[in-house]
Formats: sequence, C-alpha cells, structure tokens
Amino acid sequence: MLIKRAADLRSSDITDRKAYLNRREFLAAAAATAAVATGVLGTEALVYAATPAPHGRKLENVKKSPFGADEKLNKWEEITTYNNFYEFGIDKDSPSMFARNLKTEPWTVGIDGECAKRGNMPLEDILKGETLEERIYRHRCVEAWSMVIPWVGFPLANLIKKCEPTSKARYVEFTTFFDTKQMSARTSAIRYPYVEGLRLDEAMHPLTIMAVGLYGEVIPNQDGAPMRLVVPWKYGFKHIKSISKIRFVEKQPLNTWQDQASSEYGFYANVNPSVNHPRWSQATERRIGEFLRRKTLMFNGYGDQVANLYTGMDLKRNF
Amino acid sequence: MKLSDRTVRFAFKPIVFVASLMPLVYLVWAALTGNLSANPLSDLTNETGVWTLRFVCITLALTPLRKFTGWNGFIKFRRMAGLYAFFYGTLHLLTYAIADRFAGLEQASGLVEAIAMGRLPAAVLVASTARAMATSIGEDIYKRPFITLGFVAWLTMLPLAITSTAGWIRRLGGKRWNRLHRLVYVTGILGPLHYWWLVKADVSRPMAYAAAVAVLLGVRVYWSRARRAAVPVRLTIHA
Repeated sequence: MLIKRAADLRSSDITDRKAYLNRREFLAAAAATAAVATGVLGTEALVYAATPAPHGRKLENVKKSPFGADEKLNKWEEITTYNNFYEFGIDKDSPSMFARNLKTEPWTVGIDGECAKRGNMPLEDILKGETLEERIYRHRCVEAWSMVIPWVGFPLANLIKKCEPTSKARYVEFTTFFDTKQMSARTSAIRYPYVEGLRLDEAMHPLTIMAVGLYGEVIPNQDGAPMRLVVPWKYGFKHIKSISKIRFVEKQPLNTWQDQASSEYGFYANVNPSVNHPRWSQATERRIGEFLRRKTLMFNGYGDQVANLYTGMDLKRNF
Repeated sequence: MKLSDRTVRFAFKPIVFVASLMPLVYLVWAALTGNLSANPLSDLTNETGVWTLRFVCITLALTPLRKFTGWNGFIKFRRMAGLYAFFYGTLHLLTYAIADRFAGLEQASGLVEAIAMGRLPAAVLVASTARAMATSIGEDIYKRPFITLGFVAWLTMLPLAITSTAGWIRRLGGKRWNRLHRLVYVTGILGPLHYWWLVKADVSRPMAYAAAVAVLLGVRVYWSRARRAAVPVRLTIHA
C-alpha cells in the first residue's frame, strides 16, 4: 500500500500571532452575523394572521343611492383584511389584527380654521339630520389594486355647510386620530398624524362622502372607524381614515404622502392611467379576487361627474 | 465538530434540501387553501422575493461560518444554498412575469378563456401573446429602475447556477471558477437594493438584508486585507 508522506509544515503554515489575536475580532463578527441573520429571518412573518372584522351594529334607514358602480362587490373578508392603515403597522393584514384596540366611542372631531363653527363637534352632532346612503364605489389604490366597496355614508358637503366656512376657505385639511397607546404604529414608517386635503369644490362634490358604514353595518376600525373620507375618483391614500380634525384653510395643505415623497405622490392624486407612478405603471390594476388585470379608467371611471373640476389644468403636472 | 462525510451526505443534506423546499410547499398550500391575503398573487411575488434574499444571505454566510467554526462541512451546503437562491429567484421572476405582466396583456383573456374551456389556444394567439409578453417585460425592465435591478440581480445568478456542477469547475479550472462565482457578491448587493427601491415607506426590512450582506461582504474584505498583510514583505532599509 502506498502511503503518502504528509508534507512537512512550512513556517508559513503556522498561524501567525497577529491572525491568532484577530480571532477575538472574528468571534465578534460572527456574533454580529448571527444577530443579523436572526434579524433577516425574523422580520417578516410568513403566516398571514388576518382575521376579518367581526360584524358590527346594523345601520338603520339606509337609503339606496343613485351614485354607484354596477359591479360585483368585493367580500367583507377582503375589505376588512386587506388595508393600508400604517398607524396599525405597514402590512396589509396588520390593521385587521391591531385596529380593534382603537376606541371610537365617544368620538369628537375638532373643527378649526376659516369657519364660523370652530370647536369640537361630537360625532352624534355631525350625524344629526343626515340620511345615510349606500354608495357602491370603485376603490383604486395607488399600488395598482382595486376593490368595489358598498360604503354607507353622507355627503361631505352637508358637514361642510354645518361648519359654515368663510370666504377665505379654499381647501379642507383632514387629520387622522393618532395615539400610540391605541395604535401599534412603527414610528419609522411615515410621519404622524396622517394628513390629507381636498380643494373646497372637490370636498363639496356630491360624489364625495364621509363613510360611517360598510355593507350596511357600522364601519370596522381597520376601514377607518368611526368616520373616513371617500373620494372615488382619487387614489386610496386620499381617503383619510378615523378623522379627528377638520380645518378650513386658504393654502393647499401638504398631505402626508406628498410630504413623504413629493416626486411620487401629489396633492390631487386623481386616478389617471396615463400618469405613471415613477416606480410602477398605473395603466392597469388588479381587482382583488381576479387574475386578469383591468384597464385603469380615467378618474376611476367617474370622469363624467368630475372631469369639469379640472378643466384647463395640466394633470400631468398636478398629479 | 466531527461528522463523517457519510452522515453529511446521506442525512444532513437531504434534511436541509427538504427544509429549503418548505417555504414553497407552504406558499402553494396557503394559496390553494385561501390562507394568503386577499391579494394572493402579490403575496406569492413578495414571498418568493424575500426567500431569494434569504438564500442569497445564507449562501454568503457559509464560508464565514466555516472559518469561524472550523467545521469544513458548511462548504458542502454552499452549492445547494446558492441553487435555492436561484430557484426562488426564478420563481419570483416567473410570478412577476405571470401576475404582473401576462395578466395585464390584451391577449391574456383570450388565452385564459381557451385554457379554462379545455381547448388548446390558437397558435396565432400564443405567438402574439408571447411577443406582447416579451415587449411588456422588456419595457418594464427598461422603464422601472427597481425592476432593472431585480432583473440584473437574477441575471448574475444565472451563470453561477449553470456552472455549479463539478464538470464546470473542471472545465473552468478552480481559479477561474472561483473568480466567476464572486459574481454572487454583486447579487448580494443588488438584491437588497431592488427591495429597498420598491418599498413605499419604512425601509427597515430591506435594510436588514442590506446590513446582513454588508457584514458578510465586510468580513471578506477584512480577510483579504489581513491575508495581504500576512504576506511577508521584503525588508527595506530606510536611509
């Protein structure tokens, strides 16, 4: 049998003193690697823990509305488990898991700015005298997905009239309620509280509503209880949820996403298939529950009713 | 650690192989039983992407682990981990191509209808769909920087997957093969950037992968400098 003779150790094979001392640093680096690895593997849960919202109180005397989309509705399960509501976390299912901690009764809305009726308005006063209507609207998210949602609400115009805005009021600014004790927001995500705004004529438009219900029931927390804005011809991020402040202002408000990335999100945010988001196309959308993508419609299909609000405006610049 | 080659080959490797398939098994199960979100196609795209990043990190971690622990067995899993990164990366690319590109084509409805009704779609339709797909993906890669990055990241894995066999190591020679396979460092850099560019807000997740890659590549930089420093230098006498 041939036995190979082991090569003699050369002096260069001996671990030199420097490398030997470095072992301690190596171990530190190893610990860092392990820590990072745990972070990488642990930051995103694979399991979707979304649970649909429990059914709420039935709303009385809801009238059918002439405004509505004649389309197949998305399911309650879809509308209450797939939400962007960063105050409860950045994943679509986070609001369905954490929004239950939000206390929506009693609720008051602070009315401020260029109007006669400044002060706190309890939700009951806001709803006094309102006939709730069911409005079936298409909802188009800036992330290129969409749903058809049967909201229950009332025209925002009615609430604005109650506040008696002065002639100086040209815009309406809305603020979402924010309380870290009730909301599990990660402070690093976006700046809070969440702010949105509309031009006064957009806010007064008959299609614009304040929604307080969904599928004929009290609106679930993850969808913006107790009161959220619905402006069907604009991207979803304009539809500010759980509103706690309304302010009438002279200058165009800086909405949260515009503040976050002004090259990507504008003030108007009208649904517009010909103006792409810088990072993705807006030409098509995925209706939740469907495989084939639909063509996105100008003003989300509400052009006949709202296009006149923007005559003469360059919608490519005012995106 | 004293583990025989046989144990590694016939026990460890199959276990790791099957374990690495589990994310896919879970995703398929969850998709079929309605356990994904209301937008399952988006979940499949995201999850396969995340698992690609994880396997790239694992691949990059094996050499440092081998050095730190002194157990050479780690190296026996490097090819498998790298191929899994390529596997999940390819699934990621395919889900994007199908759910994002194909589903948005004019021709898609005709094709899907034909298949749903159990008949073969007309060859003309298939050809025009294929052409439209190529254009659609090509345009997207050209127009959207994060897609460009993602596609390039996948491309960097392609030659590595092809040349992962023993035959290719022989054909290329160890030195050249090693040099080629340093491309994985580029994959490691591009992957988290692709993710970073895509998120709307809160970059903490892409940052975690970027940090992991930074540590794993940093260790290598450190070694190569330490190695260079260890090379005996001729004494020069300063006058």
